[in-house]
This record gives sequence, C-alpha cells and structure tokens, in this order.
Amino acid sequence: MQTSINVPATRHEGGALEELAHDHTSRKRFVRMVGGGGGGGGAAALSLLLAACGGGGDEPEPQQGADGSKITESEGTAPGGPGQAQESSTDAEIVAYALALEQLETDFYRKVIDSDLFRGRELDMLKRFGEHEAEHVQALTSTLRKLGRQPPPEPRTKFPLDSPDSVLRLAARVENIGAAAYLGQAANIKSREILAAALSIHAVEARHAAALNALTGKSATPDGSFALPMTMNEVLAQVQPFIVT
Amino acid sequence: MTSLRETERPVTHANLAAPELAAVDVGGMTRGAFILRGALAAGAVAGVGAVTPFVDRALAQTGGSDAEIVSFALTLEQLEAEFYRRAARLPLSAEAKELARSFGRHEQDHAETLTATLSKLGTKARDKPRFSFPGRSETQVLRLAQTLEDTGVAAYNGAAPRIKSRDILATAGQIVQVEGRHAAAIRLLRDQRPAPRAFERPLQAPEVTAAISRFIKG
Repeated sequence: MQTSINVPATRHEGGALEELAHDHTSRKRFVRMVGGGGGGGGAAALSLLLAACGGGGDEPEPQQGADGSKITESEGTAPGGPGQAQESSTDAEIVAYALALEQLETDFYRKVIDSDLFRGRELDMLKRFGEHEAEHVQALTSTLRKLGRQPPPEPRTKFPLDSPDSVLRLAARVENIGAAAYLGQAANIKSREILAAALSIHAVEARHAAALNALTGKSATPDGSFALPMTMNEVLAQVQPFIVT
Repeated sequence: MTSLRETERPVTHANLAAPELAAVDVGGMTRGAFILRGALAAGAVAGVGAVTPFVDRALAQTGGSDAEIVSFALTLEQLEAEFYRRAARLPLSAEAKELARSFGRHEQDHAETLTATLSKLGTKARDKPRFSFPGRSETQVLRLAQTLEDTGVAAYNGAAPRIKSRDILATAGQIVQVEGRHAAAIRLLRDQRPAPRAFERPLQAPEVTAAISRFIKG
C-alpha cells in the first residue's frame, strides 16, 4: 500500500513557475505555448511570466467585485525583490496555465468534430466533451479577469486527425494529460474558491479520460489506486507537439 | 475589509490553506463566501454562472478538522470497498466481476492510506461500520456502484477545499480522480453519459451522509 504522503518529490520543491524560472527551455516553451514567441501576441503571457518571476511587469490592479469588494488573490505571491526565491506559482499563473490547456482541448474537439470522422453516439460524446471544455475556458477566462489578468491569446494548435481510432486514442491522451495537470496544481492553489472550481473541473477531465480510455481498450484507471499528477514541465513537454510555433 | 494580502508570508503547510480567512464572518457569510459572492455577481454577467452554484456549495461547508474530513472519507472508502467485495462474489458478467475486483482493490488501498493518514494525525480510525446493500442482480449492482462512485466524487470535492494540510489535499486529489474514473467507467457500462455535466457538483457532508446512511447498519 502507499503511504498517506503520496506526493511526488517535485511537488513541493517550489512551484511550477519556479520550475520555469530555472529552466530556460521550459520558459521558452511556455511562452510559445500561450501564443508568444513572436509579434505582440505573447506580450501578455510574457509579462505574466516576468511578473511571476519577480523580474518586471506591473502588478495588476485588483478589480472591483460587483459589491465593491476588492477581489485579490489570497496569499498572492510576494512581489519579490531581486534574488528573492519564488515560493510558488500564484493562482493567476495556475489559472492561466489551466486556461491554455482548456483552450487546447476545446480547439482539439472543434477540429475533431469538423473532421467528419465521427457519426452517431461517438460524435455525440465528443461534442459533449468539447462543450464541457468550452465551458471550462469561459469559467477560467472569467476567473483570470477577476484576478486582474488579461487572458493570454489562445494557442494555435495542430493535431494529427487520421482515423477515428487514432483520434480517439489522441483524445484519451489529451484528457489524461489534462487530468494529471489539474492534479499537479491542486495543492499549489491558494484560494479556496479557485481550488473548489479547479476540483470541479478536475473530476470532469478524469471522467472524460476514463471514458476515452475504456473506449480505446485501455484501463480506465491507468495509474491504479492513486492517480499520478504531472508537473507543469511534464505537461508542457507532452502538449508541445500540438502547439504551432 | 482588510486585504487578503495581509496574509503574505512564507508559504508553509500550516498557513497555505488559510482557514482563518474563511472563518471570518462578513454579515452572516464567511469571508470566502462573501468574496465569492462578489466575484460571482460579476461572473454571471460574463455568462459563467455554470460553475458558481457548485463552488458556492463546496464552500458552504464550514468547520471540520483534517482528521474529521479524513475520517469521513475513510467511512466512504470502507463502504465502497465492502460493496465491491460483496459484488465480486455475486454471479455477475465477467466484465462486471472484473470491474468489481479492480475497483474494490482501489477502494481498499484508499481506505488503508486514509487509516495511515489518520494515525499520523494522532487519531485512531473508528471501528469499521457494518454495511448492508440491497440488490443482487447485475443491473442493481451496477446502478448502486454508479451512485456510490458519483457520491464519492461529490463528497471529496465538497470537503477538499477545507483540507488544511497540502499533503492530505494532494492525496485526496489523487483519490478523487480515481473515483471519477470509476464513476465514468461504470456509467459507460450502463449506457449512461460518463460525464453528465461540465462542472462536478460537490456535496456537503450532511448530504453525503443522507445518501449513504441507508447502507450503514451501525
């Protein structure tokens, strides 16, 4: 049996953003993933990243809630002077990361449905899953705005859509990554509100993943009794082939 | 209202969950709910109302130490483990039998992990309750399996935001994902939608208790 402290070693060794801050390749990949790397498109993502790494970028103005209350991140990461170690990713960074993944998934399902490879019940299921991802995008976009951040531009995607079988396997892969990505960040989220929202999305990604696994002849629970999380770097490496750079 | 940023300080397991924030009462609501209310009012305009009732429900639960939450989760896991143990002995199809064996093993692992967690928290696990489940047919067993798994997901999602220990939260996340996967697999087998909604709906502890109490015989 496993112990109760069932957390990979990477989990608490600084946040995902610290990971990025110390890994030039990942940082470039992240910026590229959220639409940067050229032109002005990546400016928002870049400034987000820089602010997170304590190397510049303006602190966003907290927005006013409808009742006039200030909406700020609870325990937002300290602005951090030069050389100050970053404790962990802020909630805004985690939400931006989740948003990029959901946009990628939404785009994937849109292309799958447009591909005309599916009919009947499979098509219905894929459409429904795509609608779920689109709702996640909406919710996360709104959350990011509440945190005073502009959503970064959508990543441009490319997926090999060859045959129904290969597309279902790809869908399973994408959903399993999504579930592992949420799991990898859950314990890093500071705001209970955002944590509750992330968990409510996480379980839906898990359901998608399990259904697609089962439909493609794989185990619904490939990790066994305890699902395994993925770090931001691991996720970025996995989804990089789907991002147009 | 003081800024939440007053809590800026080194991030440790002890302060990360910031339970004290949620406990601050603002006009009859917890601070968490109050802040959320504002966010949601604004969010509704943007058309993201869908997520809000669920988040609201998750946060409506107050109190509960980590040991209490883990203890509650342990009861759920024991119930699921016992359910599958008995189901695996029934004359089911090979597919349903294999599912009962496999999922039952997962639930047993969860129960053992949570028992160990409780002991680390200095709390002895309560005696396992006696359980009773209706139905012996495959249809009845799978229907009940779906109910139990869906309830399990909702219970974890309802309780997890209140967990103070980051390690326990991470473990709860690992478990709830598996519960969600079980629920989807069983739903698929029953010709139901594996993911009936875009946002998982959390349940409060009293609602979970109401849903499962009929299976507990003391």
